[in-house]
Order: sequence, then C-alpha cells, then structure tokens
Amino acid sequence: MARKIIPIGPYHPLQEEPEFFKLHVDGETVVDMDIELGYNHRLIEKIAESKSFDQVTFLVERICGICSTSHPFAYVNAIDDLLGVQVPERALYIRTIIGELERVHSHLLWLGLAGHFLGYNTVWMWAWRYREPVLDIFERIAGNRQNYAMMKPGGVRRDMFEEDFPWIKKTLKDLIPKFDMFKGAVMDDPVIHARTEGVGVLTKEDVHDYCAVGPTARASGVGIDVRKDDPYAAYDKVEWKVITQEGGDVYSKAVVRILELYESLNIIIQCLDKMPKGPIDINIKDMLSGEGIGRHEAPRGEVFHYIMSDGGNSPARHKVRAPSFMNIASNKKAVIGGTISDAAIILAAVDPCYCCTERMAVVDYKTGKKLMDGQDLIRLSQAKTEKLRKR
Amino acid sequence: MKREAIIENIKVRSGKGLIEFTNKSKNRIYFTINKAILTQTVKYLFNDVKARFSTASGVDIRKAVEILYHFSIDEIGLIVTLRVIMDKPDLEIDSLTPIMKCAEWIEMEMHEMLGVNFKGHPNLKHLLLKDDWPDGNYPLRRD
Repeated sequence: MARKIIPIGPYHPLQEEPEFFKLHVDGETVVDMDIELGYNHRLIEKIAESKSFDQVTFLVERICGICSTSHPFAYVNAIDDLLGVQVPERALYIRTIIGELERVHSHLLWLGLAGHFLGYNTVWMWAWRYREPVLDIFERIAGNRQNYAMMKPGGVRRDMFEEDFPWIKKTLKDLIPKFDMFKGAVMDDPVIHARTEGVGVLTKEDVHDYCAVGPTARASGVGIDVRKDDPYAAYDKVEWKVITQEGGDVYSKAVVRILELYESLNIIIQCLDKMPKGPIDINIKDMLSGEGIGRHEAPRGEVFHYIMSDGGNSPARHKVRAPSFMNIASNKKAVIGGTISDAAIILAAVDPCYCCTERMAVVDYKTGKKLMDGQDLIRLSQAKTEKLRKR
Repeated sequence: MKREAIIENIKVRSGKGLIEFTNKSKNRIYFTINKAILTQTVKYLFNDVKARFSTASGVDIRKAVEILYHFSIDEIGLIVTLRVIMDKPDLEIDSLTPIMKCAEWIEMEMHEMLGVNFKGHPNLKHLLLKDDWPDGNYPLRRD
C-alpha cells in the first residue's frame, strides 16, 4: 500500500505560532513525521537590538497573543538579574498575580479547545464562558483584556487598588465550582478516559531527551517548575504545590492543567491577602554592561530570555526561547505509532496552538490529490468519540 | 548534586580547556571553555548531572562569534552557561545533537542566523528562514 502524507498547517488567523506537520501514514497508523517552522518568523531578536530597554518590554509582549505577559515577565527578570537590583515587594506580588491570572485563562482556553477536538463542544463553550471573568479582572487591573503592559524592569507599570481586592477575590472564588465541574467532566467520563489514556505517551526519559518543559514534562512525572526551582517574584512567599501526574499521556496533561487552575487561584488569593503597601518601581536610570538570564514559568512551560548589554540604550543581544520550541519537538515521539484520529489531540496536548491542527489535509502521496481537509480530520476525531459513547 | 561539586567537577574535567569562570550570582554561573572540550563537558552535564538543556544563544561579537549553551539544573535552580568563542572566519564546532536530541533545532537556527557550521548535525537545513534564502546571508551577523 502506498504511503500517504498528511500535511497539517501552517496558517490559521485565530492562533499564534503557525507550524507545519507532515504526518507519514500507513493506513491508519502514523509512521513518521516532519515538523517545519518559521511561517511567522519576525526576527524579534534583531528588532530588539534597535529598541530601548523599556520599549523591548512592549515588543516581547507581542510575541504571543495568548500568554502575553510570559515574555515580558522573563525579560524583566533578565534585566533585574543583569543589574542585580532588588525590586520592591509590592511589585513582586503584582507580577505574581498577573502571571497566575494568565495561567488560569490560558489553561481554560486549552481545555475548551481540547474538548472541541474530542467532540465535547459543550465543554468548549463552558470553558470559554468561564474564561471571561478572568479577562474582566485583567480589564479592571490593567485596562486591557490582553497585552496588559504591566511589566517594567525594576517594578511594574501600574499599581493595583485595594478597593478592587474583594471583587477580584469573589470573582475568583465563584470560579471554583466551575473548575469542580470540569474536573468531574474529565476525570469521571469513561469516554474521555478511553480517548486520552495511553495516547501520545511521553516517558520520563523522553522528557529528558527532548528537554520538554511545563505541563508536558509534569504530566510525565518530572516535577520541574521554574516558580519552585528558581523562585522569582513572590512565588517563594506563598504556599502552593507543583502538580505532577505519572501517565505521560494526553489524559495526564489534561489533569495537570485542571489541577493547576486551583493552585493558581490559591496563589492569587494569598497574594491579595499578603500584598504589602509601598512603592511599585525603583525607576532604573542607568543601564550597565553585562549579561542577564531571566526565566518565567509560562502556562506552557519555561520561557527563557538572555540579555547582553554593552551599557548602551539597547540590548547588544537578546535571545528569546519560548516553551513550545522544546515541546513541539517532543510530538515526534508522541505521535509516531498512534493513529490519525488521535494525532489531532496529541498535537494539541502540548498546547502549542491549534492553527496547526485545524488546518489539516490528507493528500495522496503519489497523485497529490487532496483526500480530506482539517474539518474532516476533526470530524474523524469526534466520530471516534461518538462510537465509544454508544458502546 | 551540590552547586560547589558541579563547579569543581567541571573545573577538574576541563583542565587547560577552561579559559574563565564567572560566579555571577547564586543561581547563575558561566564557564568560558575551549571548543575542543565542549562535547565532553556537555556529556558530563547532560548525561551525568542530568541537567536540562534550556537553549543556546549565538552572539556575533564582531571579530568572533560566541555561543552560550545554557543548562538548567532544576533540583537546585542553577543555570550553568558554557561559553565557546570562535574566531572568524573559522566558524565550525561539533554538533551536540548526537548527544542530546533537543539541540537539533537551536543548532539549525544558529546555522542559518549566524553561519556556524555544526559538524555531525544530522539535518543542517533551514529551520525558520525560507528554503530559497540566499546563501551566505546571515541575519544576526554584524559584518
């Protein structure tokens, strides 16, 4: 039988990070995979060299449309490391709150899309419905629902107001019953178990080989989390635990994200309770020459920024490494050997972006004729769930 | 493994290959090493210490190109950076991909952005730039 290639990607206007996966299939089974990147390469590292240190914060905020504070957070950590400055405590708490609010809305977004791929469109609608209050909190704090522009080297750009705290706490606490519902929907549903357990498994060794990070690593029992391992902001001032699961499959990745929602709420509420009064910024005037490394545990894993300064107004070199750069490569291990109908959810399980999985087409390797498109593959995935439901 | 033990081990194993050691802060240390001992040092960090390879930063410093390999030792929150300096125009270094798969993409990126040739890389083609990008045109080079 002729081997077929299924191209997945690269563009979708809704999502960040376009990628292009070529699945080589033999019948139903995926036997090999190629990954191509660079469709939306903007050379931000080069642009950063022509911006002032303050402007770079806004530049890197535009790298990702979903977790827009991840890169600025890692960047300000890098500058603080370069200068060796102590940021005011109140600013550290505000940074932590922004980082965790972002994790909540990003995980909910992932949960909704994962539901959609499995044919649970109600989960999709609900998850996105309950993401809205989180964005409302952002609007109250920063004035924006996305691209909050809160980070600044040496502090934060805006203060938070004590009179908002009771409303923020109530809004967050109201989300807990909704999270319970999602937890029940995923953990108690036999069909979801059948679709996700043992699918796309990454072992601990694979995590080390591919250097996977974030929930992708934690779902395989590797408890790495920059917030705990190399504490920054106020993460060492509040009580919380790193969530891990042992399975390494799509199910474990979903459970890790759902349980992390509770931890994030817990961190935010503690920060609101403990936040001291005081200045929010040390107003850095001069830049020194030297180098700094900043990290932040974004919703998808460790974001890494390296800054080299020659003492001038702009970075001499700015290296940015997003978590998906490591995690997407691990798909090669997770997808091969599985079936086409599972490919969509496995590729989605590292939370890269859905542009890839939504724009798929099955093309005959020999004739180049299109056999199926992205919608057909999502239908295939949903039909498999439907068959299991009826059993 | 403790921070001091790792520093000591790298120093002893490097011997004359160690050019400079910088103790920047509690969680950030930098070793400047000769490119001849890069592979053995990385084998020690990745296979023995079980460090995680975070990424590598390639920098054009005009007369030379330097590559900083950042390793994260998560149990103690330490970042070990290995700095290798290559004088122009001899930009060739051993690929680390045979030792650790996760180096494959970042080496492809440095190859196309800075024109560094990674000896022994299994798949040294374009990663981010388009396939018909003109040869010898490196976006992050300063010359």
